[in-house]
Amino acid sequence: MLAILKREFKAYFTSPLGYVFLAIFYAFSGVFFWVFTLDMGSTDMSSVFLMMFLVLMVFVPLLTMRLLAEDKKQKTDQLTLTAPVSLLGIVMGKFLAAYLIFAIGVAVMPLYGFVMSTFADVSWLPIFGNTVGLLLLGGIFVAGGLFVSSLTENQMIAAIGSFFINLMVLLLDTLVSQIPSGIFRTALESISVYSRYAEITSGIFSLSSVIFFLSVIFIFLFLTVRVLEKKRWA
Amino acid sequence: MIEVKNLTKRYGAKLAVDNISFTAEESEILGFLGPNGAGKSTTMNILTGYLSSTEGQALINGIDILEDPVKAKALIGYLPEQPPLYLDMTVMEYLKFVYRLKKCKLPIASHLGEICELVKITEVKNRVIKNLSKGYKQRVGLAQALVGNPPVLILDEPTVGLDPKQIIEIRSLIKRLGKNHTVILSSHILPEVQAVCDKIVIINRGKIVANDNADKLVHNLSGDHKLTVRAEGNANDIKKLLSTIPDMRDVRINKENVEPGVSEFFLTANDGCDIRRDVSKRLASRNYPLLMMKSSELTLEEIFLKITTGDIYGHVDEDKDKNTNKKSSK
Repeated sequence: MLAILKREFKAYFTSPLGYVFLAIFYAFSGVFFWVFTLDMGSTDMSSVFLMMFLVLMVFVPLLTMRLLAEDKKQKTDQLTLTAPVSLLGIVMGKFLAAYLIFAIGVAVMPLYGFVMSTFADVSWLPIFGNTVGLLLLGGIFVAGGLFVSSLTENQMIAAIGSFFINLMVLLLDTLVSQIPSGIFRTALESISVYSRYAEITSGIFSLSSVIFFLSVIFIFLFLTVRVLEKKRWA
Repeated sequence: MIEVKNLTKRYGAKLAVDNISFTAEESEILGFLGPNGAGKSTTMNILTGYLSSTEGQALINGIDILEDPVKAKALIGYLPEQPPLYLDMTVMEYLKFVYRLKKCKLPIASHLGEICELVKITEVKNRVIKNLSKGYKQRVGLAQALVGNPPVLILDEPTVGLDPKQIIEIRSLIKRLGKNHTVILSSHILPEVQAVCDKIVIINRGKIVANDNADKLVHNLSGDHKLTVRAEGNANDIKKLLSTIPDMRDVRINKENVEPGVSEFFLTANDGCDIRRDVSKRLASRNYPLLMMKSSELTLEEIFLKITTGDIYGHVDEDKDKNTNKKSSK
């Protein structure tokens, strides 16, 4: 797993992909930070975090699209799948490599807080909570993207597919609001990633949310392993 | 040691590999021969655990590749049809990655250096793989299979894309490796298989049509009872003369006047009979100069064509046909 993690992580910086993603992340978060926090004369960063949902939704697929799709296309999966490594090891290596890049992006958020603290008193607890929330959200997008990447050998399809899944995640709430209340609505509401995330940015950091996010990540990783496993049997 | 038992692979309705069984012993090089789409690569992919079989078993040193894949895969070095290279890495980075991926215990610098020397890629080891020529890429692929010094090597067309000099080098390398490894090698270059392999398995449309020692295969199919002879003199007279040899089954004039006054004959003797001495003596007794005599043993190409299409150059003798059928039904 470590060998794959290391290779994939390095690969982000031998192509422009890693740089582009980080640049986009820093640019958007910087603009939001300026517009919603500095310019408004507020120390509340929750709007910045909420807006990052949209940015990640669009750009995390950039990060995950090639993970497994390119392996299949270049037939390098014949190396990884015939090496003495478990499927879970392969999937985790790929997941963590992309996730690490994402986490390097997120690391800038507390830095903004630090910048603010030179001007005013900053309440660190919400910033910390929001950062953890963003890390969890990113986990879902990365795992989801990895899953889609395992389904195709075309990077563009992988990117568009995972963007589509992310869009569905966002639109689920709009859909839910149109459904009359009942079990079905409650069920859909409780799997809404967006409202869970909004809850965290608004300052409610509950254990159930954390478990929810981790479960979704786990499900996507599990499904990815199954896809690789299924490929052998096809 | 590799054991394949009743292996079958189905892709939907298509039967890619149909109930094949063979074994490759330790320190043996087994050549896997077949036309395109015969199921060679599929079989190799199953052996290495990349694909699973629909039915049957593949054992690597007694370990079932499906039951304990991690342990079995640790014993195998695999060079797939298209070498699995990460184009964005340098050769050395790539080999180090493979080294870690395979969880090698050998000293890294000397081990990788040795492999680079073996496949002659030392001079390109710091170049990005993307920029290498096809021959070098192929050799990096081979180097990758050798990392960790696995006891079993599975090589899918290892000499594709190499120039003639490299082909000879790689062949002799494989031959050397075959002394203390179990090697399975696929190819459709027949002289290669004949030159390198101890044992040949010919596969066509997913079925094994021949499985034997390389020399035996050639011998059994053609035998030494067929001769091509050129002699000077009247063709019909010579034909009559040769027909009187006791073990002679058939004499045919292939061509009259191949050279002025010289005719060529195809002779068939009864199975297991050597008629060369008789032929020479008879001709000498009547003063017909014997200008050429060669055994019309089939080349591997002819055997291959014969087995896979049931025909050589459009005409096959009846007894040869029987011979092949006997072989393929085995």
